[in-house]
Amino acid sequence: MIRKRKKQINITIDGTPLTVPEGTTVMQAAEKLGIRIPRLCYHPDLSLAGSCRVCIVEVEGTGAYTASCSAPVWEGMSVKTNSPAIREARRDIVELLLDNHPMDCQTCDRDGNCELQNLAYSLGVRERLFAGARKEFPIDDSSSAVVRNPNKCILCGRCVRVCSEIQGVYNLSQHGRGFTTQVGPAHLVKMDDSVCIQCGQCINVCPTAAFLEKSSVEEVWRALADPEMHVVVQTAPSIRAAIGEGFDLPPGTPCTGKMVTALRLLGFDAVFDTDLGADLTIVEEAHEFLTRLQNGGPLPMITSCSPGWISFMEKFYPELIPHASTCKSPMSMLSTLAKTYYAEQKGIPPEKVFMVAVMPCVAKKYEARRPEHMMENGLPYTDAVLTTRELIWMIKCYGIEFTSLPDGDFDAPLGLATGAGDIFGTTGGVMEATLRAAYHILTDRPPERLEFTEVRAVEGLRETYVAIGERNIHVAVANGLNNAKQVLDKVTSGRENFHVIEVMACPGGCIGGGGQPYPPPHYHILDPQLLKKRAAALYAIDGSKKLRESYENPALEEIYEKFLGSPGSERAHQLLHTHYSPKLPRGIR
Amino acid sequence: MNCQHACSTDNWAEVKAAAERVLGEDLVAFIEQCRAEQDPHSQLIAVLHRVQGKFGYLGQSQLDAVAQLLQVPAAKVSGVASFYHYFRLQPRGKFIINLCLGTACYVKGADRLAEKLSDELGIHFGETTGDGMFTLEGARCLGACSLAPVLVVNDDMHGSVTPDQIPIILDQYIKKARQQSDEKPAQQQT
Repeated sequence: MIRKRKKQINITIDGTPLTVPEGTTVMQAAEKLGIRIPRLCYHPDLSLAGSCRVCIVEVEGTGAYTASCSAPVWEGMSVKTNSPAIREARRDIVELLLDNHPMDCQTCDRDGNCELQNLAYSLGVRERLFAGARKEFPIDDSSSAVVRNPNKCILCGRCVRVCSEIQGVYNLSQHGRGFTTQVGPAHLVKMDDSVCIQCGQCINVCPTAAFLEKSSVEEVWRALADPEMHVVVQTAPSIRAAIGEGFDLPPGTPCTGKMVTALRLLGFDAVFDTDLGADLTIVEEAHEFLTRLQNGGPLPMITSCSPGWISFMEKFYPELIPHASTCKSPMSMLSTLAKTYYAEQKGIPPEKVFMVAVMPCVAKKYEARRPEHMMENGLPYTDAVLTTRELIWMIKCYGIEFTSLPDGDFDAPLGLATGAGDIFGTTGGVMEATLRAAYHILTDRPPERLEFTEVRAVEGLRETYVAIGERNIHVAVANGLNNAKQVLDKVTSGRENFHVIEVMACPGGCIGGGGQPYPPPHYHILDPQLLKKRAAALYAIDGSKKLRESYENPALEEIYEKFLGSPGSERAHQLLHTHYSPKLPRGIR
Repeated sequence: MNCQHACSTDNWAEVKAAAERVLGEDLVAFIEQCRAEQDPHSQLIAVLHRVQGKFGYLGQSQLDAVAQLLQVPAAKVSGVASFYHYFRLQPRGKFIINLCLGTACYVKGADRLAEKLSDELGIHFGETTGDGMFTLEGARCLGACSLAPVLVVNDDMHGSVTPDQIPIILDQYIKKARQQSDEKPAQQQT
């Protein structure tokens, strides 16, 4: 079928004529001329709200200002994006947004990368003419993961839209009316008492500091300053692909070596790699999969690395709990090994080991506090979780010149990992690593190929068959929970029989996690171009490694031999596996 | 081998039953009917009206039950309920005091009555006393300007009220409530 060519529309923007396809908005048309109309509530991946009015333009002959984000072009349209009147109106709009906004930029967490602050600067707000009443709402910092501060909210609604349209959680909506309007969960209950899954995408899309991660920076500084404590750190695969952005390196710059050196300078006693936890997860998960395949289920097996997905499952799809792999996440596996195997080897009591995990993720903060991940003495295996953003801040606070650092190496034994562990940080990575391992155990031969590009679900969702030896494995990969719902509904209704499903809560996988750096200039948050670059960094690291299959990890071999026994052994089960249970309130899917 | 294999982890039956208990058979039937419509989400406000009609207000448990049975996210349900002035999120008192704040009453000193009522009851307009006795509300013109300033308690109209009469009026209703609660057990015996 030949796609009908869209009608072409002739318009003029700021005196320059151009032709664009029907349905283009004025904002999009202006971008073709290199004009980025100022904006706030607009986000290209979310539905249009047209509520902030910052993007207004003058349409000749209409006598009114039009929001360019939601105005489609029409034949003969003539638009002015800039005129003294338009500039003044835009400036007034932002000034009015500031009028009931707290005047605490210098002490705000978003100072320096706040969209409202940037707009106020670029639109020329240099004084505050109106002293409006300030909002005085209670701040909800009760959750271990997400902090909600409605006083900083400007009601742009981006969080509401990302939560419902991308994540399918719909935990946020505007409550009340007029000046007392607040964004929050149903009945404005505490975040952890709501259907929130702690993914942190509300933090990512918020232009101000109305949503933030609960900071763990202070407790990490304190541990680092405590001579009694042996402070160890692990970094998730996707950190090395994004941390450079915090120091103005081009997106997609692999920074493994500099990151390790920076962590040593910060004072960590040992620097481990979550990638080893990922390799271990693959070995255990492959074993679990094989057992399920031989024992008739339950299939599909669904990956369990993403804590946002786990919370989503417990609240929205509790009937699928038996399908989730019982494997702990790579972070929790590595933390467990650090406080058992490593502590034993080093002769340090586990309570003197302080485990810090640097994660691209806000939900990991919640995972670390789950009762399932506590030691028998009641202490957590993971003591503190830092987001990529928090680590970047600590490095800057310390005064480390990140970009000029020499490369460092992770410490043995928990820092040795294969390329399979690296790709965990992007969509399809767990699946690809699993398939590499599945070759190994299903055919007893080394894999015929290492790259399974067909499972890299860059567009959010993939369903495919992968031939391994005699078998045809039916797999699905989803990122962003609204995409995941489509696959999960096929499972619950029995429409499709998958063998393995990978679910990552965040768009693009961990590289698009709720704890990753705010986007550098010329990118927007969740920008597919940005995610592509971060993913490319991980694939480059994987490709450059000699060992790219989890079973080949020599460190793991030693850990199994000396400590765990064999994959799926009783000890492995006791330490590396866990179980989940339904949680309330139940979400509407 | 593991319990998860054998036991069902689906809690929908319990969640549904709990929601049905909160709303009662009549509302459950009404929601069923709404769900059969083309766009059940658009029935949300109609359902909320019914729920308020039955309970007098929209409590958290009722809103959550509506969310589950109508399958509309709870954040949306509570967002809608909190937006519209007509919906009440708190239970109302036994006696609803409506103080007229229309022009005539205002000129005749309704502002002083408002202050006195708030002081005596210890609540703001729109609130209910902790004992569930009085709800204080402001009304626009009640059409009884010749009696200004006017206040209405449930169905009783009080005209030409002065601030010092307020405690006496309130006391009447407290006594009335006491009498009613004394009578009730007696009636039950007969």
